[in-house]
Amino acid sequence: MQPIIQVQDLSKTYDSGFTALHEVNLEIQRGEIFALLGPNGAGKTTLISIVCGIVNPTQGTVSADGHDIVTAYRAARSKIGLVPQELSTDAFESVWATVSFSRGLFGKAPDPGYIEQLLRQLSLWDKRDAKIRELSGGMKRRVMIAKALSHQPDILFLDEPTAGVDVELRRDMWEMVRELRERGVTIILTTHYIEEAEEMADRIGVINKGQLILVEEKDALMAKLGEKQLNIHLQSPLTELPTGLNGFRLELAEEGQLLIYSYDSQQLGGIASLLKSLNELGLEVKDLHSSESSLEDIFVNLVRGA
Amino acid sequence: MSTWYGVLEMNFHGILAIYKFEMARTWRTLMQSIASPVLSTSLYFIVFGTAIGSRMGDIDGVSYGAFIIPGLVMLSLLSESISNASFGIFFPKFSGTIYEVLSAPVSPFEIVSGYVGAAASKSVLLGLLILATARIFVDYTIVHPFWMLAFLLLTAITFSLFGFIIGIWADDFQKLQVIPLMVITPLTFLGGAFYSINMLPEPWQTLTLFNPVVYLISGFRWAFYGISDVNIMVSLGMTGLFLLICLATVWWIFRTGYRIKS
Repeated sequence: MQPIIQVQDLSKTYDSGFTALHEVNLEIQRGEIFALLGPNGAGKTTLISIVCGIVNPTQGTVSADGHDIVTAYRAARSKIGLVPQELSTDAFESVWATVSFSRGLFGKAPDPGYIEQLLRQLSLWDKRDAKIRELSGGMKRRVMIAKALSHQPDILFLDEPTAGVDVELRRDMWEMVRELRERGVTIILTTHYIEEAEEMADRIGVINKGQLILVEEKDALMAKLGEKQLNIHLQSPLTELPTGLNGFRLELAEEGQLLIYSYDSQQLGGIASLLKSLNELGLEVKDLHSSESSLEDIFVNLVRGA
Repeated sequence: MSTWYGVLEMNFHGILAIYKFEMARTWRTLMQSIASPVLSTSLYFIVFGTAIGSRMGDIDGVSYGAFIIPGLVMLSLLSESISNASFGIFFPKFSGTIYEVLSAPVSPFEIVSGYVGAAASKSVLLGLLILATARIFVDYTIVHPFWMLAFLLLTAITFSLFGFIIGIWADDFQKLQVIPLMVITPLTFLGGAFYSINMLPEPWQTLTLFNPVVYLISGFRWAFYGISDVNIMVSLGMTGLFLLICLATVWWIFRTGYRIKS
């Protein structure tokens, strides 16, 4: 099947000389949720901005649903909806007016029935006559989504959709993204949060310093990215690791009072085995604390390994 | 294949969306957009037309109060066309909402049609309102009503295009105001709004011919009273030339992405 988004040898160097993207090649499959991960300044927003027509590429080509974004920009852009990272809204417009404006801008005839359905879906119906400046940050984010969906796009870009939003809205958004996917919409989202990618994505791409380091199925990638640590504080210090614990990735720290167990997210059963072994060895546990690698740590590892 | 796009098809819904959005801003700010310029121009009519004008002689057979009407309408038309169009495109740049226009399937021509069309509509409406208001204070005639409307429309479109360019160029509010206040207003005052350039001594009379606003006011006044400082065809040609220069500049802006696209 032809990919719905095809990026070939895409590079972008700004006038300042900063290279934001370097020969990026990427294919997004129809109907998938693709998460693009990367630290600040990695090139995520530049990549999205080029696909959506906001930034001109320095070299390379992009097509959306088979339409080149430069030579067939009308056809390409009419397929795409964009929710940008910044909350850029028309402060003095009503919710209804701004969403209707977006639909018209994308060449669609007015459809009050669809706009009503969309606003109801995003819990904005009660606020349809409210001025956008009167809305909370979370509500504004919903308005941005409504605007992006107003012309019923086949492809939806969500640039850091849950940055700065509360837990409830984050969960709502995840639910909405799943519903959109069920309706056949292809979703590309950028995020800092592994949890978000883990929750929603089918495939994950990792970008750093303008280069796409890897693209993999989520399950395979999470095994690499999702390394976790369990810190086990012991009642009595150890001088060395007992041989009975050789099968576990363990380190001894804090003068023998702390055992650090490293595992990946696919090996949750290992904790139970370890605790059982500690019990069998008569080692008493004072406290437990788990942690996971930050995305920054993971990127450092990925970049080092590249 | 969708039905609305293609080589010869335009995104009319897109143009209309921008146009309606911009016009909605006018109705929201009615006092500032319409009432304020009508009031300030009316003050000119009262002070220069009725009070001072009654003590001044006719110019080329036209009473002074009536003589200044085309110039005053042109003064408002130029400044409002520029400020409406410049603010219309500057504000989305300033607030970041320009992303939506840039990512939409609208061509540069359609974007300009929406923004400039709305700005020109507002200016023409304002010009007609000022003319109607002037009637309360001063008696005047319109010898060539078709040409009066044609000049009104041509000037509104041309200077709305010019305002659009300023809105793209400006990266702060001060720059947005510099050209209308520091360039256009002085050129209008010195372009024969309150006098005939034939009343000026040399070399000022010749130097004034380098002021493009002279041709607009002269042409517009001809449509009212059949008198002009310069030949009507020259006025029309100069206005058309400025329109072409503005169109070429806008074409270059979209071709290069100057100050709108990275």
